[in-house]
Amino acid sequence: MTTDVIISVKDLEKHFNDGELKALRGVSADIHKGEVVVVIGPSGSGKSTFLRCLNLLELPTKGKITFEGVDITDPKVNINVHRQKMGMVFQHFNLFPHMTVLRNMTLAPMKLLKKSKKDAEEKAMGLLKRVNLENRADAYPSQLSGGQKQRIAIVRALCMEPEVMLFDEPTSALDPEMVGEVLDVMKRLAKDGMTMVVVTHEMGFAREVADRVLFMDEGQIVEEGTPDEIFSHPQQQRTKDFLNKVL
Amino acid sequence: MIFEQWWEAIQPALQSNTLNFWQTIYKEIYLNVIKEGRWLNYLQGLGKTLEVSVFAILVGLFLGTILAILRLPEIKDMNARGKGGLKQVGAAIVRFLSKIAGGYINLMRGTPLLLQVLLINFGVFGSIRIEKIIIGVIACGLNSAAYVAEIVRGGIMSVEKGQTEAGRSLGLSGFQTMMYIVLPQAAKSALPAMCNEFISLIKETSVLSYIALTELTKAGDYIRSRTFSAFTPYIVSGLLYLIVTLTLTTLIGKLERRLRNSDH
Repeated sequence: MTTDVIISVKDLEKHFNDGELKALRGVSADIHKGEVVVVIGPSGSGKSTFLRCLNLLELPTKGKITFEGVDITDPKVNINVHRQKMGMVFQHFNLFPHMTVLRNMTLAPMKLLKKSKKDAEEKAMGLLKRVNLENRADAYPSQLSGGQKQRIAIVRALCMEPEVMLFDEPTSALDPEMVGEVLDVMKRLAKDGMTMVVVTHEMGFAREVADRVLFMDEGQIVEEGTPDEIFSHPQQQRTKDFLNKVL
Repeated sequence: MIFEQWWEAIQPALQSNTLNFWQTIYKEIYLNVIKEGRWLNYLQGLGKTLEVSVFAILVGLFLGTILAILRLPEIKDMNARGKGGLKQVGAAIVRFLSKIAGGYINLMRGTPLLLQVLLINFGVFGSIRIEKIIIGVIACGLNSAAYVAEIVRGGIMSVEKGQTEAGRSLGLSGFQTMMYIVLPQAAKSALPAMCNEFISLIKETSVLSYIALTELTKAGDYIRSRTFSAFTPYIVSGLLYLIVTLTLTTLIGKLERRLRNSDH
């Protein structure tokens, strides 16, 4: 069991404003290779903070995060090396507006993986083809729709050939008619065996794609289980209340 | 030469003190611009003004960007992760440099440029033979850096935090993220204010006439001392300043439009 654990989180705590706000109050979880873990919960429950701690965009206050056997909370660890293997997709896409789509995708592989321009572009074009955007390679982000932007953001992360993909509410900033195209890309990614941690409000996606669902509230994991366990037979009152509100 | 012929032509009127309006204007132009090749004095002055300005802008941009980065909140309150002794010392040094940068900006913005020029000319380089142009570049560059720093800092802070996070999440270092992602976007939003600063700098190089650098203002002043015309030499210098600053405004305006078209 421990051999295929890719991320292991132990007693993670994150405080803001000198402890005034405790966003995470002791979270422990293991993410296994090839697993799709969906994190749900009300806003302010700490689920985004939890995700952002996984690649240290937020520095944990306490606790330990092990990625591929390395404790990345250790200050001696060069986090940049490990982040290369953890792709991240943001709610607001965060494409680089001053670069073309292709340049967005090739920048990091060329600078970090020392790929030649040709290799990086080949890889990028292949990925663009997979999300049906190969004809937008020379466009600037401002010329794209929200759904297109998010698909580009996903393949930009994939260009680094990550081991894990982290999704921080990837469809929350999208117009409703564009949610589907982004979720489709994510579903295909899951089918291809990518390890994914997804924070989302899309319960349909969670039910369909997740191997495991974590329900968070007030900085803790209240309940976890298979989608069927969580959605059809929730044990905790807080889970029931939340699902009643959103379903 | 046609100018000489015209000059001859107005001699009778000049002698009898009956110059009409156009003849008076021609007299002024002839004496202050054409006679003895005086236009060359202006052009040489303009050359020095441009030389000082260009290099001072470069010094200001380079130093100002470093100062701006030192003044960013992340740097100002830098804390070493963990308890490694060396890292703690490093963070303390960075915090100290940030304070120095803040003090420098306040000092340079809070005292007159003329005073700084005099201090550098007579104080710092008082006993060293050094070209006035170099003194001008150093003084104006150091001064401009303080203003550029605030402009660049504003530009950097106008770039969304998500851009930095996206860069870092791909594995880029803080420095790489700054160079490839944040600064190019910061430069774009800082461009109008930067244009202002360049124009100010070009005009303010005129204080270098105080240390006997024959730049454009000093050139006009020199002509006045030869011809005793109180208006014309200064107006000629002024027009040349205008040509330079308006050209710069137009060029930067074009650049702005080009940048706007390429992305949003």
